[in-house]
Amino acid sequence: MLIASLSMPEQVTLTLSALILLSSFLLLAQVRVDSLINTFALQGLLLFSATLAIAFISGKYDLLISAALTLGLKVIFIPSLLRRLIIRLDIHREIEVLVKPSLVMLFGGGLVLFSYYVSLPITELSLLSTRNTIAISLAVVLIGMLMIISRRKAISQVIGFMSMENGLFFAAVVSTFGMPMVVELGIAFDVLVAVILFGVFFFHIRAEIGSLDTDRLNRLNEVDK
Amino acid sequence: MIALYFTLLFPFSGALLLGLIGHWKSAKYVNMTICWGTLIAAFLLALDVFEKGPILSSGKLFYIDAFNVYLILLNAFVGLTTSIFSGPYMSHERDIGRVGDKRMRLYHSMFQGFLFTMLAALSTNNLGILWVSIEAATLTTVLLVSLYRTHESIEAGWKYFIICGVGISQALFGTILVYFASAKVIPGHEDGLLWTVLQTYAAHMDKGVMALAFVFLLVGYGTKVGLVPLHNWLPDAHSEGPTPMSAILSGLLLNVALYALVRFKMLADPSLGNHLAGNLMMGFGMLSFSVAGILLHRQYDIKRMFSYSSIEHMGLMTFAFGIGGPLATFGALLHMIVHSLTKSAIFVTVGHASQIAGTQVISKIRGLVRSNPAVGWSLLLGTCAIAGFPPFGVFTSEFLLFTATIKSYPWLVLPLLVGLAVAFAGLFRNIQPMVFGEPPENQRKVPVNMWPVFIHLALVLWLGLAIPTVLAQWLNQATIMIVGQGVL
Repeated sequence: MLIASLSMPEQVTLTLSALILLSSFLLLAQVRVDSLINTFALQGLLLFSATLAIAFISGKYDLLISAALTLGLKVIFIPSLLRRLIIRLDIHREIEVLVKPSLVMLFGGGLVLFSYYVSLPITELSLLSTRNTIAISLAVVLIGMLMIISRRKAISQVIGFMSMENGLFFAAVVSTFGMPMVVELGIAFDVLVAVILFGVFFFHIRAEIGSLDTDRLNRLNEVDK
Repeated sequence: MIALYFTLLFPFSGALLLGLIGHWKSAKYVNMTICWGTLIAAFLLALDVFEKGPILSSGKLFYIDAFNVYLILLNAFVGLTTSIFSGPYMSHERDIGRVGDKRMRLYHSMFQGFLFTMLAALSTNNLGILWVSIEAATLTTVLLVSLYRTHESIEAGWKYFIICGVGISQALFGTILVYFASAKVIPGHEDGLLWTVLQTYAAHMDKGVMALAFVFLLVGYGTKVGLVPLHNWLPDAHSEGPTPMSAILSGLLLNVALYALVRFKMLADPSLGNHLAGNLMMGFGMLSFSVAGILLHRQYDIKRMFSYSSIEHMGLMTFAFGIGGPLATFGALLHMIVHSLTKSAIFVTVGHASQIAGTQVISKIRGLVRSNPAVGWSLLLGTCAIAGFPPFGVFTSEFLLFTATIKSYPWLVLPLLVGLAVAFAGLFRNIQPMVFGEPPENQRKVPVNMWPVFIHLALVLWLGLAIPTVLAQWLNQATIMIVGQGVL
């Protein structure tokens, strides 16, 4: 597929989805807690732009509501809530030591290849202008999962979780021009509640183990006592 | 239809009301009253479906047929009996200082919230709403798992939140793929997630997309069902949360997640035209069944042990739905009921037993028959029932499952039998000294209410001796819907 042979809107969508994937890798590599949140907000902003672009290309103006939800929730509300939380918990300057960062990055690259392999039957079928974006959305979901697995700090895990949600939302937008509105609102509500609960949990974890290092949550296991 | 709205309205407004009432003493009665309301509404709904057949609400948002109506009734019933049990149990927990008044309020409000999400998941016609409800069920229970605010309970809560959140995200990806596949064949795009619409078009949906979607859905909802290797959250959440919560998590949540999976299998089968979905479910089911049976032997905590027993039974049901065919499906549907009833009764008993002994550690709970005969005998009977002794209902459903297995996959009967024997040994070697033997000195006197247990066990016994015609007809209709032909 030659980029030049595509129409302008298609090029815009593809560029934005590439940037979204890039922001996923940025999240994976980020060590500072505050810049982690900024990168997450950036991903939300890219997602918002992609949704807008697709809304105008496809003429499905319902998507504007989804775009507004993304802007409000993932660019403004969640990042600002997380920023307030890390200041209250006094961890905004903390730097997280990554475990085998180069290996994790390589693994992330592998996940992108895997996503393309898995979504091959779908992209071949698709008649939409947004052809291989679904592979990217799956990659974003899987990289979010990788982030949850490879990080120790509770806050990084939460951002990985939210980035997975971004991938899912992107998949819904590019493959089917968004879910029905009632579902979309339900999902947004769930995400909102989840973030607030995560905030509550930060305080519980800190009160109990003195830090947000989830590696220290390791008492439950299967061994006979 | 009105009955359905009331079934949903009662727990929803209950959650709000109990969130506002700060008075914990009246909260437990309010909780119970609301559960009565829900049960009566659910019963009227069931009568409606029995007389008129499947109901589709005007906005097509709700759809009730034989498959979900019996689960709705079961949910409302177990919700009621658990709320009766939770009254004295939580009062005792408050008296010994494990929870304060504020957390009692959280507990009661979220109890109703959880029941609401379960009933919404069961009654909705929209597969997207189904996902939203099951995710909301995680959110309502996550703070309850960590209610006691100990190191272990917070760890369990966090694990539950992360693993179930990540798992269920895979299910959303699967749902999006189903919507994508339906958009190609269904004219009205907005209807592309409605179960009633999807079912008529299922055969025309793209094979590749549906296969991929089903894998994601199996991983996603399978996490909630507690299938090995995605089961890690389950024993932790069950053992660290308050016991009434364990009873409804084990009795209801796992069922609802399996229900979602079976709904999607009904869409995948005609589209794929092969046994891929069934084979995947059989594999996961058999793995869960075997692994959980072995792990039963290694437990030191009584609630952990019974949560592994839940994994084992959910594995068995997944396996049975995977085999397909009328007999196995009928057996699995029946097993959903008897497992829910028995397991919630067991958790109620276990809750009382651990309060009497003051600990959940198996080696410290001794001589229940002497210190409190009702609790001791119930625990023994419940364990007999769950292990599949005749004449209890679990025996009947397992017998049906085994017969179906012999018909279609004779060589798989051997691992099933070995698995049952291993699980049986694991349960009884732990239960026997807890029930008999010498009680230790420092036993507490606790207020016990054993009626829920007696009623549950009596029902399981009844289902083992004779299945009522109404229920048999529902199960048969559901079987016809799922696999195309019935057993009766």
